[in-house]
Amino acid sequence: MSARDNIFARIRRGLGLPTIPLAEERERALSVINDKPRGPRPSQVWQDPISRFIERCQQLSTTTEVVSDISAIPQAVSNYLNQYNLPRQMVIWPDFSQYNWQEVGITVRVGSAKGDDLVGVTGAFCAIAETATLMLPSGVNTPSTVSLLPETHIALLDKKRIVNYMEDAWALYMAEKGTLPRAVNFVSGPSRTADIEQTIIIGAHGPYRVHIILY
Amino acid sequence: MELTSFTFKKNVKKKLSDARLQNNMRRFGGRFVEARAKVMQEVDNLEDIRVAAAAIRDRSLANLDTYLTLFEEQAIQRGTVVHYAETAHDVNRIVLEIAQANQVKKIVKSKSMVSEESGLNDAVIAAGIEAIETDLGEYILQLAKEPPSHIIAPAIHKSVEEVAELFSEHHHTPKSTDIPALCREAREQLRPHFLSADMGISGGNFLIAETGSVAIVTNEGNGRMVTTMPRIHVAITGIEKVLGTLNDFSTILRLLTRSATGQSITNYVSVMTGVRDASNADGPEQSHVILVDSGRSRLLAGRLKQALRCIRCGACMNHCPVYQNIGGHAYGWVYPGPIGAVLTPSYVGLKEALDLPQASTLCGACQVVCPVKIPLPELMRVLREESFSQGLRPWHERLSVTLWRFTANHPKLYGFMTRHVVKLLKALGGSKGLIHWLPGLDGWTEGRDMPAPSGKTFRDQYKAQQDERKR
Ligand code: SF4
Repeated sequence: MSARDNIFARIRRGLGLPTIPLAEERERALSVINDKPRGPRPSQVWQDPISRFIERCQQLSTTTEVVSDISAIPQAVSNYLNQYNLPRQMVIWPDFSQYNWQEVGITVRVGSAKGDDLVGVTGAFCAIAETATLMLPSGVNTPSTVSLLPETHIALLDKKRIVNYMEDAWALYMAEKGTLPRAVNFVSGPSRTADIEQTIIIGAHGPYRVHIILY
Repeated sequence: MELTSFTFKKNVKKKLSDARLQNNMRRFGGRFVEARAKVMQEVDNLEDIRVAAAAIRDRSLANLDTYLTLFEEQAIQRGTVVHYAETAHDVNRIVLEIAQANQVKKIVKSKSMVSEESGLNDAVIAAGIEAIETDLGEYILQLAKEPPSHIIAPAIHKSVEEVAELFSEHHHTPKSTDIPALCREAREQLRPHFLSADMGISGGNFLIAETGSVAIVTNEGNGRMVTTMPRIHVAITGIEKVLGTLNDFSTILRLLTRSATGQSITNYVSVMTGVRDASNADGPEQSHVILVDSGRSRLLAGRLKQALRCIRCGACMNHCPVYQNIGGHAYGWVYPGPIGAVLTPSYVGLKEALDLPQASTLCGACQVVCPVKIPLPELMRVLREESFSQGLRPWHERLSVTLWRFTANHPKLYGFMTRHVVKLLKALGGSKGLIHWLPGLDGWTEGRDMPAPSGKTFRDQYKAQQDERKR
């Protein structure tokens, strides 16, 4: 008997179930998985997900800026880099390679981040208003490292894609893509730690700064 | 992790007289409590969510083998290798097999309490492989060669001065007690390891049956590093951690992070499914999940089953007056506080951890804050009953309980005895009415005085009052 067999046998004995699983056990489990029942959520006290998202960002030390449309993004990024005195080299998701970075004096590399990249620019599949969270799936065009390795993470977010709750984000993802990617990273603000004397310090292994530009 | 739960009383004495620990506990212990209380106010239907979360966990446990089977099917389809470990020892063996088959030289680890159960680091290092803890708290403890004292804030017992000393000694840097500078120092020390390690080991807060995913919940970003950068990822978690759906996970997550650190969500929540393939720019080429039993399946049958609902938030220890006074190390194993007082005897044997279920005033604070409504005081009472009925308690304790039971079953005798005991206690109390020493119960009076009773029992007073009325 393998370790798996032994463990499963103990589980079934413990639960008082017959040794051989019954077909209806599986059906019952599958029906829950197919129904995907939603649990209770805190009441939606906000009317508009965009303003809720922006308001909650502040609590997470995430900074935000709203721009009129896509064409305003390079200038907004440039201003942000100036404001914090950040280098004008960035690693970016392929989706944004066509933007006019040169015009605002920024050099970009497209693809995955390396350990010494200082500024990373990503998009987001969608965002969650309840907790001011970005949903970042992994993929060829959405490398995970760009939101992880650099000290500064700039996210470009389509404000029409802010949903209310995490459950809505899953539903949207499954409706559009069908299956989960290798990793879905939910990002809510810059990395932090409170491991020394329970004192919250912003900036641990991930970014020190998260800035979201909503368009 | 080395087990010292059987010397609990001795451990406690040591911890109570450890001035530095006492000072640290007093300074930091309350912060989680405040943060949790504050963030819970945002949730207008907390009780509904708790009831739902407990039901979700119960549904997982009631269908445990079916959910695990579904998880496994999905995970395998995505290229994850699923391993089963019957004992903690098997965890170490499986990790070493994977490491050796892939010529692994360096492992980076994010926090995994299950790997503490088996002392994984020691086993890996003994096999000549470098293993580096990357959660800041765990990293500090690895330098200090100490086990964690809290399940989510492992180094809560350490002060900044102690951390500063460790860092300066190990990093050969000037000593600084500036906390942000220490955090940056750890980042700079650990970054090269993330980039050069062959294997990343993480825990798994949950497994999702619907999708075959492993979910981890972290703040520092080290969890993302160890599951993204090395070419092999191994997640180690208990078999009870499976959830049905992503929506189940979303419900539970609302309570986990709020109960743990008082955050409405942690900075990172990662749901990982399978391996890097052509559709990915980064991520590990191999993904392994080790599902650990090590005593868990045994709990399903008995009266302690509800303990398996635990989502490891740590709220019960943050709110426990006993934990707050003695710290986590006194409990002598991986899980401290009220949940540790239930899990340790269950996983390592009641005989080895006899005093843990006694380490509670049964004040009930843990049960009130537990997000999945585990009746912790009741479970400790079950273990107390078991240790008595198995004859494990010391003879004088058993004798006194037997005598008490006999007396309590004979009302006349009970009245007679209490009347005399109360008189005796009053006399012992002297003019101040405080008893400094009780024969046979000196543990009670060692650190405090016991107020002496008035000299009359309830029965006597009641009788006197009734007589008065009749007249
Ligand atoms: S027993 Fe409850 S309060 Fe304690 S760690 Fe587990 S879930 Fe949290």
